[in-house]
Amino acid sequence: MAKTTVERPAEDHIQQNELIDLYRLMLRIRRLEESVYRLFRDAKIGGYLHRYDGQEALVAGVIPLLQLPHDKVLCTYRDHGHALACGTPAREVMAELLGRATGCAGGKGGSMHLIDPPRGFLGGDGIVGGPVPIALGVGYALKYRARMLGGGNHICVCYFGDGAMNQGGVHEAFNMVGLYKLPILFILENNQYAMGTSVARSTGQPDFVLKAKAHGIDGEKIDGMNVLTVRDAAQRVIDRIRETGEAYFLEMECYRFVGHGIGDDNTKSWTTYRTEAEVNEWRKRDPILQLGNYLQDRGILDTTQMDAIDAEVRQEVADAIAFAEASPEPPLDSLYENVFS
Amino acid sequence: MATMRYQQAVRLALTEEMERDPTVFLCGEEIGQYQGTYRVTEGLLDRFGPMRVVDTPISEIGIAGMATGAAMAGLRPVAEFMTWSFALEAMDQLVNHAAKITYMSGGRIQCPVVFRGPAGVGTQLSAQHSQSLESWYAHTPGFKVVMPAFPADAKGLLKTAIRDPNPVVFMEHAGLYGLQGDVPDDPEFLVPFGVAAIRREGTDATLISYSRGVHLCLKAAEALARDGIECEVIDLRTLVPLDIETVLQSVRKTHRAVVVHEEWKNVGFGAELSARIHEHAFYDLDAPVERVAGADVPMPYAKNLERAAIPNDNDVIAAVKRTLS
Ligand SMILES: Cc1ncc(C[n+]2csc(CCOP(=O)(O)OP(=O)(O)O)c2C)c(N)n1
Ligand SMILES: [Mg+2]
Repeated sequence: MAKTTVERPAEDHIQQNELIDLYRLMLRIRRLEESVYRLFRDAKIGGYLHRYDGQEALVAGVIPLLQLPHDKVLCTYRDHGHALACGTPAREVMAELLGRATGCAGGKGGSMHLIDPPRGFLGGDGIVGGPVPIALGVGYALKYRARMLGGGNHICVCYFGDGAMNQGGVHEAFNMVGLYKLPILFILENNQYAMGTSVARSTGQPDFVLKAKAHGIDGEKIDGMNVLTVRDAAQRVIDRIRETGEAYFLEMECYRFVGHGIGDDNTKSWTTYRTEAEVNEWRKRDPILQLGNYLQDRGILDTTQMDAIDAEVRQEVADAIAFAEASPEPPLDSLYENVFS
Repeated sequence: MATMRYQQAVRLALTEEMERDPTVFLCGEEIGQYQGTYRVTEGLLDRFGPMRVVDTPISEIGIAGMATGAAMAGLRPVAEFMTWSFALEAMDQLVNHAAKITYMSGGRIQCPVVFRGPAGVGTQLSAQHSQSLESWYAHTPGFKVVMPAFPADAKGLLKTAIRDPNPVVFMEHAGLYGLQGDVPDDPEFLVPFGVAAIRREGTDATLISYSRGVHLCLKAAEALARDGIECEVIDLRTLVPLDIETVLQSVRKTHRAVVVHEEWKNVGFGAELSARIHEHAFYDLDAPVERVAGADVPMPYAKNLERAAIPNDNDVIAAVKRTLS
């Protein structure tokens, strides 16, 4: 296979161990995602199930830069990677997918509703566009704390998809964020499709940055397949948000390598809206492959070391599955618990 | 004790709670510079400043999300809907977010938010502005639903709502804003949720209502008393949690029940009350539970049609008489 290597956009202020951590985090997400369809087919996981394969750079390049739990993260139902990046142990993620009491939401949320407030992760959201008005509120609370209660200059990072850009509530929230000037980093996970509907088939104005700017939020579009590009942009933008208190919009161009969800599982149905050639073309830009090649070229990791990392990561996923399977289901008398605090 | 209007009592609760707790803030349309569509928030912008009294654009989804997200991040927002009819815009943020986040997270996150504003029917506001939708929220697990009938309760219940760690739907009645009543000055005067008030004691029939319906019941009870029929009038105050015990105790004494509300009869809150009474006190009843409710039509504009669509005290009197015949 032709070697694709990351272009270094900025100079090497990033430590070697940080690069390895980035690589490991992306691989952890990938290997966990690769394990879940089998668990679904074995009827151990139910409900909807959305994988993040191909989009790992969007969380790996951003979330480790945050000051969790003071900074806050919100995202969509495609949330396994976000939880891992926030530091939720793979065991708790997997246990939640299996609906176990040891899951990060006690088995009450499932794949779409991973959450970990003590780590600053305020959750995945099953409603397209849903997290954006919530982010407005979280951002307002952060500003309020800073201004009124002596809090620090913390930020909220809110992820959502290209399909969400067509939801009315997203634009109401953008307008209010632009109006009130809130410390929010909006990350548009533009993976080209909302289920089977391409961007071209869903909007008359595919310039998403323009739409953010229309609401008074500055922004730019970057390559989301290159984790170092993502990281450099994120660092610059996070610093800027902390300094100015004003929101920023990063459109990250990316691609999901598998189907939309378990119901669009990679085999026949995706050919209704995209071609295998297109998928293969994007796979050449696999963020993990790109960073792996970069690390090798720089002599930071050799293949043996990379294999060793992979083996550790696979072991972690296997352990998470074993932990989840050995965990009890939530007790039946918890059914009526947590309706209210 | 001071005498004040219902609307002033709401304002007093907001003011006291904002003085007490620096994490309480308000957001909504026209609540600040304009001083509130119904003047509920008059003077609060001057007193607390723009961070704590936030004028919003006409964006109900944004308002609901702002309040919900801020609550998830540890503040105690009180969001005003200009009227509850406009909250329909925000149904997803309310029902699928505010009401569910605590449960979905297995209790790992709290959502101490109050959504308040005027509800109720009348004054020829017609179909889109004149309706009562409390059952939509009472139906949804995760909301507490509060509908005060008197100024003192407006204050005491709103203070409890703001201190509650859960999403509270607080429906004021636009038609009661001018109602005068005695209101305790005590800044620790709290009215607990889930405790109904017996507004009038009686032995012949139990009238159960909330919000403005309570006043219809009291008027009807007074008229019936002149005919020697003594009605007990129960003001539920909160629909969720529901003080069904007080209702059942009364029904066991009077053997007759009439439920009264302004919202539509079909699948309205009265259906739930009636079902619960039948489930738990069937053998104590001397007559089927009667329901007095709004006509099942979008609210008409013309005065005569509107009058026919809104329940009044004569409807309550007729219903009581049916239970006695
Ligand atoms: C309000 C709403 N409408 C429809 C859906 C069903 N749905 C789930 S994901 C999805 C596509 C969303 O695409 P996008 O925003 O691009 O995110 P992606 O799945 O690509 O990450 C749809 C239509 C939903 N969850 N919420
Ligand atoms: Mg998409």
